[in-house]
Amino acid sequence: MQDLSMVFEGAAGQGVQTITRLLLPALKRSGLEVFACTEFMSRIRGGSNSTEIRVASIPRRAYLKRIDLLFALSTRARENLGERIGSGTLVFADPAECPLFPEGTCIAAPVRTLALQAGSPVYSNTVVAGMVFGLLGLPPEPLQESVGRAFSLKGEDIAESNRHAAMLGYDWGGSCPAGERLALPEVQPKEAGELMIMDGISALGVGTVAAGCNFISSYPMSPSTGLLTWLARQAGDFGIVVDQAEDEIAAVNAGLGASYAGARAVVTTSGGGFDLMQEGLSLAGIMELPLVVHLGQRPGPATGMPTRTEQGDLGLVVHAGHGEFPRAVFAPGTHEELATLAGHAFGVAARFQMPAFILTDQFLLDAETTVDADALRRLYPVDGVTETGDAYRRYAFTPDGLSPRGVPGFGSGVVRADSHEHTEEGLITERFELRHRMMEKRLGRLRTLREEALMPTAIGPVGDARTLLVGWGSNRGVIEEALELLGEPAIAGLHFPQVFPLNPAVATLIGDRRVVVLENNATGQFADLLLPETGIRAARRILKATGEPFSVEEVLEALQEEVRP
Amino acid sequence: MNDRQTRFDMPPHTDVAWCPGCGNHLLLRAVKGALEECGIDPLRLVMVSGIGQAAKAPQYISSHMFNGLHGRALPAALGIRLANRNLTVVVESGDGDMYGEGGNHFLHAIRRNFDVTVIVHNNMVYGLTKGQASPTSQTGMKTPVQVQGVMLEPFNPLAVAIALDAPFVARSFAGDEALTQRIIAEAIRFRGCAIVDVFQPCVIFNRLNTYQWFREHTAPVPESHDPTDRLQAFALALQSEPLPLGVFYRNENRALYEDLVAIAEEPLFRQPPPSLEAIERMLGPFRQG
Repeated sequence: MQDLSMVFEGAAGQGVQTITRLLLPALKRSGLEVFACTEFMSRIRGGSNSTEIRVASIPRRAYLKRIDLLFALSTRARENLGERIGSGTLVFADPAECPLFPEGTCIAAPVRTLALQAGSPVYSNTVVAGMVFGLLGLPPEPLQESVGRAFSLKGEDIAESNRHAAMLGYDWGGSCPAGERLALPEVQPKEAGELMIMDGISALGVGTVAAGCNFISSYPMSPSTGLLTWLARQAGDFGIVVDQAEDEIAAVNAGLGASYAGARAVVTTSGGGFDLMQEGLSLAGIMELPLVVHLGQRPGPATGMPTRTEQGDLGLVVHAGHGEFPRAVFAPGTHEELATLAGHAFGVAARFQMPAFILTDQFLLDAETTVDADALRRLYPVDGVTETGDAYRRYAFTPDGLSPRGVPGFGSGVVRADSHEHTEEGLITERFELRHRMMEKRLGRLRTLREEALMPTAIGPVGDARTLLVGWGSNRGVIEEALELLGEPAIAGLHFPQVFPLNPAVATLIGDRRVVVLENNATGQFADLLLPETGIRAARRILKATGEPFSVEEVLEALQEEVRP
Repeated sequence: MNDRQTRFDMPPHTDVAWCPGCGNHLLLRAVKGALEECGIDPLRLVMVSGIGQAAKAPQYISSHMFNGLHGRALPAALGIRLANRNLTVVVESGDGDMYGEGGNHFLHAIRRNFDVTVIVHNNMVYGLTKGQASPTSQTGMKTPVQVQGVMLEPFNPLAVAIALDAPFVARSFAGDEALTQRIIAEAIRFRGCAIVDVFQPCVIFNRLNTYQWFREHTAPVPESHDPTDRLQAFALALQSEPLPLGVFYRNENRALYEDLVAIAEEPLFRQPPPSLEAIERMLGPFRQG
């Protein structure tokens, strides 16, 4: 057995995330690699949400359609997950809450009864975590430790009741004959290093704080709000100014005002909110102000599917804002990259005095897994501002087009930022020749930006492959796993952590090999970008825009077409 | 008072884009006079504006400047103040910019009550786009768009500001330079969001509300008026014949947003990078042993 896929389903408000919070560290402490991803409905209570926890002997970071073990905790589980339940699925349902399924092997699990035995129905989720540990035949200690850590702050009584609930579940699971059908992946003994488990938005938040971000103004919008709440939580410790704006237009303009005054500013939003920010983005362009924009994608157009996932806004961020000005777009593929690329985006925005994007999506932001703590600790030097002199000119012409960045209140110079075309002093002008030079000044930095653009990450033996599977952002995990399962040396993968602009060396790297682009959208937006940026034409596009992430199975199936004669 | 010199003057050859006779010239002089009167350091002052003829005012003042987007001066001003609370921030824009395009920001700037002086050049017409109605245009005024005459009741910025408990609400007339300078100076000295609506004749597109019209339809706020009385101030704001000029409302008791959210004295650009110890603390809750 390579890996085990467990799904926990419940209504919103039922607290299914407690199960994840207990199981992930406990399973990891038991020597297993863990990855969890979540799908949920746009509502506060009711409905049917689910979390998939994958347990494997090697790290995984992709969504698997197959379910080996399902805990159905709401009446709508079958409606939501029915098509993923196969003959191999072991379904556990509490007859007190959910009718038993005709599909798969359905077992009545007395979750509520055991929770009541422990003292209250609120312990149901802890009971389930205990049942899982019992069913898998794992020693209970790591779970007990998780329970202790999770509930210690709530008082000894509550912690003790939860430990009791966990053990009641554990004993039931251990004596359930169905457990014998669940084979765990082989555990390879490893050095017990530092263990850290994190969701995507927290990884992004850690990287943002470590980059020295000290200002956020934003308006809540799923799935991007987590960065706003994260920075609000860290505000006291790090001196971060947090402002909840009245709308996204205010958010971006406040961010730019702060950046003008020397703050390291970020705004977080999703597609619809970013639409409102576009004029502000254009303002950042002409004012040459650093600004980091986090855009957590969800399916559009308009309201679309607010809690689902998609990669539909790449074209938007690359072309957003009227007029022509430089920008960079980063698309993290792992939790470590969420942190490191956040840092990198702040560095690039500051150095090139322009907007830089971090483009993520619901799948990656809500996914939870173990992270390499060292990657999160790296500090990113952000270019500081310069003290101005009497003759300071904010937009002074320089060989590389980058003028020293002064801020008001630091030095004896006057700092003028203007949305109009302007002189070197930052005052309005309509002189055509000056306009031409200012355009060259702003766009000239694109050359260095391209030359220093991050190269794609190789997945598998890229050098020997005849076909390259190309992806970006959150699809890194599914590409890695599908290629590994395919085991075909003629096909390797390239993952782009930076999607705009592209490094000129990409054309050489790919050469004349067959390029298959995989994207979580309906038209193939990166494939469309690859041609003008590198001259490379995608031979095939593997696309999906249902609101779900790609599953390992469907990518594998799509790739099998590549190897058939 | 035409030849006064201030530390805020631009070089004499500066090309000013306003029409001869425009009320903006008078208002600019009053603003510079008020800044001088208040002893403001030009290197500690940021003039912020949106877009329109009025919004060009910061281009003609020697100090730091953020001339941003149409309607968006207030959010930018907020960002500047939150990033560096040692700066004096003065916003200058027109009625279209502040009450039309930026209406939502006007409401929320007052709700926040950060330290900013908001000077609205209110000429009751759109000048730069050539004569369409503004939110404050009088009913009946014919324009190239409102061909039958303006049908909507004008926006009442003072009544709205007082309803939101803006802590300083005043109105002046650019034709009365001494009054305008005095009110703007008081607004700059006021700690909080100070709203100053200034009647400013547009000599090209508004043939209705001329210098003469404003003189005939305005009168000083009565001496008996108590500006700390919110209801009295509100009644004054609803009065139209004549339109009162002066300080309508002052509330010294509203907390400053910068204090409420504990903005540090030290500007953000001086902040050192985060320490490794603080980063370790941040990572703590994720550590599982």
